[in-house]
Amino acid sequence: MYEHLETAQNPANLKRVVVDPVSRVEGHGKVTLLLDENDKVQQARLHIVEFRGFEKFIQGRPYWELPVLVQRLCGICPVSHHLAAAKAIDQLVGVDPANLPPAADKLRRLLHFGQVLQSHALHFFHLSSPDLLFGFESDIGKRNIIAVLGDYPDIGLQGVKLRKYGQEVIRMVSGKRVHGTGAVAGGMNKALSKEERDYLLRDIEQIIAWADASVALIKKVHTANLPYYDDFATIRSNYLGLVKPNGALELYHGGIRAKNDKGETIVDHFDYCNYTDLIREEVRSWSYMKFPYLTSIGKADGWYRVGPLARVNNCDFIDTPLAEAARVDFKQHSPEVMVHSTLAFHWARLIELLHCAESINTLLHDPDVMSSDLIAKGEKRYEGIGVIEAPRGTLFHHYQVDENDIVTKANLIVSTTSNNMGMNESVRQVAAEYLSGRELTEPLLNNLEVAIRAYDPCLSCATHAVGKMPLQLELLDAQGDMIGRLVRHSDGSFEH
Amino acid sequence: MTGTIDIDGQSIPFEDGQTIIEAATAAGVYIPHLCHRPGYTPHGSCKLCTVKVNGRNCSACTFPATDGQTVINNSDELEQDRRRITQMLFVEGNHMCPSCEKSGNCQLQGVAYHLNMLDNHYPHFYPRREMDASHPDILIDHNRCIFCNLCVRASKEKDGKNVFGIAGRGINKRLIVNSPSGQLKDSNMSIEDCAAHICPTGAILIKRTGYQVPIGQRIYDQKHISEVALAQENAHGQD
Repeated sequence: MYEHLETAQNPANLKRVVVDPVSRVEGHGKVTLLLDENDKVQQARLHIVEFRGFEKFIQGRPYWELPVLVQRLCGICPVSHHLAAAKAIDQLVGVDPANLPPAADKLRRLLHFGQVLQSHALHFFHLSSPDLLFGFESDIGKRNIIAVLGDYPDIGLQGVKLRKYGQEVIRMVSGKRVHGTGAVAGGMNKALSKEERDYLLRDIEQIIAWADASVALIKKVHTANLPYYDDFATIRSNYLGLVKPNGALELYHGGIRAKNDKGETIVDHFDYCNYTDLIREEVRSWSYMKFPYLTSIGKADGWYRVGPLARVNNCDFIDTPLAEAARVDFKQHSPEVMVHSTLAFHWARLIELLHCAESINTLLHDPDVMSSDLIAKGEKRYEGIGVIEAPRGTLFHHYQVDENDIVTKANLIVSTTSNNMGMNESVRQVAAEYLSGRELTEPLLNNLEVAIRAYDPCLSCATHAVGKMPLQLELLDAQGDMIGRLVRHSDGSFEH
Repeated sequence: MTGTIDIDGQSIPFEDGQTIIEAATAAGVYIPHLCHRPGYTPHGSCKLCTVKVNGRNCSACTFPATDGQTVINNSDELEQDRRRITQMLFVEGNHMCPSCEKSGNCQLQGVAYHLNMLDNHYPHFYPRREMDASHPDILIDHNRCIFCNLCVRASKEKDGKNVFGIAGRGINKRLIVNSPSGQLKDSNMSIEDCAAHICPTGAILIKRTGYQVPIGQRIYDQKHISEVALAQENAHGQD
């Protein structure tokens, strides 16, 4: 792969090129390149430059605040954090997923489908379609949704309306388009009224038709640009995500399935409550974002990718007809069992968007979403783990509470964190294969952003940790000689 | 003795012993307030109900109505003062409405909306205050206490228990619990007490009940605080 470009052998005297900020992604990040005298790339890194600290400041708060408090991690996928935390606090009140009232389970799924639909629409149409429709190195003035609306008004408007519909689903279920309530420990705080259900049903056929058209659009764009789209930023990796017990695509609740780059199963239907046996996180000195890996394979080769590409790769089928047909078509495109093309993230994302639209339609016709049986109760526990497939991939929330219901420990592994190594590898692939040795211009550098954007990273979600990053402080004199050094290790200990 | 007072040009009758806010409420005139509650000894601490009586600033919740008073309740100056007072209440504590379970049912938030408070104006103090989660059913989040004294009065006057007190002065003022350890679990407070339900903010909460009322169905989602206060307080007067 391209790991040799993570750290240059002799960084002194290399020319530094920075893409700061990486645009059209959620949150703040930057890319740095170190080039030699022949403009050959010697080092390429994606850095996450923001700091959030949620894991720390939710300690000391009562557990029932968690779904509403932690969703503030993000403005695009707050529902994922809301529901992952809700699944965790269900366990704190002794309610396992199987014991959740059917109405609550279906309302949460409806909320989640609404969110994934709006998030995927936002990412594809608002953030990525300018690259895909105008070209990666097109005029910077064209690379925005306004230009898409100008040149492709039908496509642009469909994107805006798809997102709006997803947000309306969220509003009907949780009271607000962004940062509502809804899920509480053991269930939900409201059902849909008949008026709310009918309001959402009114447009769903059109939404499904637009979602179907969006899959056709990305297939057309992808296949029209071969082999470039299959090669650009493409890396081989393991893939991880949830699946249903029957192997179908699952976004809300299931067992963990991980496959390697050949499509061989590493784990299947793994109980996510034991995730600490499956995954560990490595800290690297140059990034605020951790690097998770599968413990059984190890740091070097155990890293994996999550998100739409992983989910569509990993599942055996999708249980809605249009999305399943699209999945079969997608897989036939690849000569291998697994699709490794990083730009195929977009294709897989829109297959999921179609699946969400179809699933919303199914749920809206289910009378349970209007049921008043919304809350289950059980015996108090002191530890809860909630895992969900967020738009960007598998999301882990893990909490411990004391006898007074106060959070004492929190661990969040966010989807974008799982894609950290994948994004860095894709950045290095693009740097090595497409940029190295060329005079770098702004349009050329956008290629790096296109690679990152394919993952739909949420950089603000991914930098939630506090107090765990190793830091090294060096004091140099005027001649550049080190006269003092202080190191803080990841366990919090200090070394002089 | 009975008579009338003039509030913003409106003649309002009062009965002997009524304060200005009681007369105003009975006549359907809302004067913003937080520490006032019908049936409790007036406290006059929040100063939100400040009105001008014959040209002087007075707390409407403590000042007796007397015949012929001219009271100004709605003026730009008073609105500005009340907004500043509310902003000070926000910055002196840690009031995080977006994640607070009292949001939508919170009088402090309701008053802030009423006063069109759009920012904090003053720099936040971000005080370090502890929570007392020791009681099995009741939580005290000192971050949200505005020292209105309602829980102190409720415990003494309604529950007959004397669980709470306000200690210290100025910046060191704090709500304390009358128990050997200072913790609520060692007091005789119970979930049925008036003091457990009277907090106008989210400082005293019933555990494990947060967010159960959906957005749109919370008190101030449906009605403005002036309507809610007048309806509740006049209903109390008829009891």
